[in-house]
Amino acid sequence: MVVKATIDGIPVEVEYGTTILDAARSVQVKIPTLCKHPDLPASAACGICIVRVKGNNKMLRACCTPLEDGMEIITNDPEIVEVRRTVLELILSNHPDECLICGRNNNCELQRFAADFGIREERYSKFLRDIPADVSTGTIELHPQKCILCGRCVEVCQEVQDVWALSFLERGFNTRISPAGDIELNESPCVKCGQCSAHCPTGAIFEKDDTSKVWEALRDADKYCVVQIAPAVRVAIGEAFGYPYGTNLTKKLYALLRRLGFRAVFDTSFGADLTVMEEASEFVKRFAEGRGPLPLITTCCPSWVDFMEKFYTDMIEHFSSAKSPHEMLGVLSKTYYAEKNSIPPEKIFMVSIMPCTSKKYEITRSDEMFASGYADIDVVLTTRELARMIKQAGIDFNNLADEEPDHILGDYTGAGVIFGATGGVMEAALRTAYFFISGENLKEVEFKQVRGLDGVKECEVDVAGRGVRVAVAHGLSNVEFILNKVRRAKEKGEDLPYHFIEVMACPGGCVGGGGQPYGVTDELRIARARGLYEDDEGRIRYAHENPYIKKLYEEFLGEPLGEKSHHLLHTKYTPRPVYVR
Amino acid sequence: MDTEVKDIVSAVVEKWQGKEDALIMMLHEIQEKFGYIPRDVALDLSTKTGVPLARIYEVITFYHLFKTSPPGKHKIAVCMGTACYLKGAPQIVEKLKEILEVEEGQSTPDGLFQFETVRCLGCCGLAPVVMIDDKVYGKVRPDQVMDILSEYNK
Repeated sequence: MVVKATIDGIPVEVEYGTTILDAARSVQVKIPTLCKHPDLPASAACGICIVRVKGNNKMLRACCTPLEDGMEIITNDPEIVEVRRTVLELILSNHPDECLICGRNNNCELQRFAADFGIREERYSKFLRDIPADVSTGTIELHPQKCILCGRCVEVCQEVQDVWALSFLERGFNTRISPAGDIELNESPCVKCGQCSAHCPTGAIFEKDDTSKVWEALRDADKYCVVQIAPAVRVAIGEAFGYPYGTNLTKKLYALLRRLGFRAVFDTSFGADLTVMEEASEFVKRFAEGRGPLPLITTCCPSWVDFMEKFYTDMIEHFSSAKSPHEMLGVLSKTYYAEKNSIPPEKIFMVSIMPCTSKKYEITRSDEMFASGYADIDVVLTTRELARMIKQAGIDFNNLADEEPDHILGDYTGAGVIFGATGGVMEAALRTAYFFISGENLKEVEFKQVRGLDGVKECEVDVAGRGVRVAVAHGLSNVEFILNKVRRAKEKGEDLPYHFIEVMACPGGCVGGGGQPYGVTDELRIARARGLYEDDEGRIRYAHENPYIKKLYEEFLGEPLGEKSHHLLHTKYTPRPVYVR
Repeated sequence: MDTEVKDIVSAVVEKWQGKEDALIMMLHEIQEKFGYIPRDVALDLSTKTGVPLARIYEVITFYHLFKTSPPGKHKIAVCMGTACYLKGAPQIVEKLKEILEVEEGQSTPDGLFQFETVRCLGCCGLAPVVMIDDKVYGKVRPDQVMDILSEYNK
């Protein structure tokens, strides 16, 4: 059914049920919104999106009111603007004036509105709540004093991620975001995915800033600083420097990181190629040789690993023991690379640039993260932190000439770089598993069925005459559906629904990671993923054909799943029950 | 947690068939049994009903009736109704906070007092009024508070 109405005199026709907000957007009318996020249902918390129907004095919230037939909507008149301004002033009366020393300075949705509405004085007396910060996770920090109670973090944590670490406690003026019942985040089910920080409109939830550790190391002449960048970073960093969405800036990043003072610049996509080798070998062992339980489940995502260790401990035997790409690269930098270049490994300082807050947690997750004898990764920075470092360093990023990565841990294939998008790990592993099983490469290398933003993607692919059933999930709330199917089949002794499962915690995969530039929407996730798939198209498509991977096995590791690989590149999982969500 | 407590929770859940929309009723019964809602009981309830603990705490902390810590032995209720308020109840509250070293809604660490404020006890002629358990103290001055409390310090 179609609804016909007018918005500011402009005729509009939309599907029944469309909100006034969305209808207005379709005719280029921009109603201001603060609590509403495109990823999330309307919470109608802030009231800044109010509009009016002609002939009626009542103000309606455009974010949650469906357009009705014949409505004549007015989105802008002096009174509406005045009410919006008052709403804003009331929010500001409970918000500290710390903009200059806030992590969101110049990047804050509330600050932007204060500027747009020309707020020049505080007419209402300040009422600030004295709630202590929560820095317990070492990955994301909660600063409830800056919270405007929009509810985005709670919604994303409970509904999109199904984690239930954050909740709204108490009521009225005392309402606050907090884990259940005066515990700290690290005692809660929090999996450190950082989606709360990526969706927060203000500085109330923020990544732990580790840039000072990196500056310090770079200035220490005794340290040999090396760095790696994750696939998803290259297609998102440009957003902080005015590039169109999804622009691939890999080679500029290499140049930039050398300018910052790193002695060697590696690429996590090389680590991803290596992960493919190990993980595909595991799959072949379990699938073709019948050694080990199926389905095999991918483990590149530390939030997913944490989630599983808390809530799906019965799935541990299905988990790939392969470490995530940046951990593999980290351990090799302090062993293989150190040996070949005669650098004492204790001098090497390895920094990972990641789209992810959870990677900050992963580097001390278990003893295996110290397989080199040192911390395999010294510091993890998110894309947002790197953007700040670039600006502090005074480097004209946009005009840097392209450079190449440093060899032996830098050259990557298309299989490695698509790790940053949902379905990418599966696709890359299938390309190599196919080769391992059949002895030849795929004719059609792209697995389009596992690409895209559907929450759960299932398909069957032919590998040398045998059907491999795969499932891909992103956004942790989509995991339950897949794993319950596996549980049911196991209980009843039926055929397994899947042989191979990929999970990434964040919607869209790492391109939509919790450490990426703000303002993520599906449009952005698609654009960033497209950047990665285009990179893939211009390269060798198979991890097993990466000449540096071959060299690595010949010179150092031996064979996939061999003794040395096992020691350096694999990990274990432990049940870490917190409490039932 | 001992089995006796677990059995109580099971009985409550069974009575309400573990329905999420009956959460408030279940919490009422639990508070009646224990005087408050202990954290491990809330956890057990979460496990048995499948309602996330975060949601249970959202409900417990939203409604003032629900308590998350054991109530003190003697309940102090300071009336903050209009008459008492104008006659100096806020100063009584301040004095009590100072002596007891707890905030409104909390119990003292020794478990002796539970400190609450209420709206109008219906004896405005005696304003300001403090009620401890069933006993009413009228026309209370801040300097009398210590003496009144000492009646219970045994």
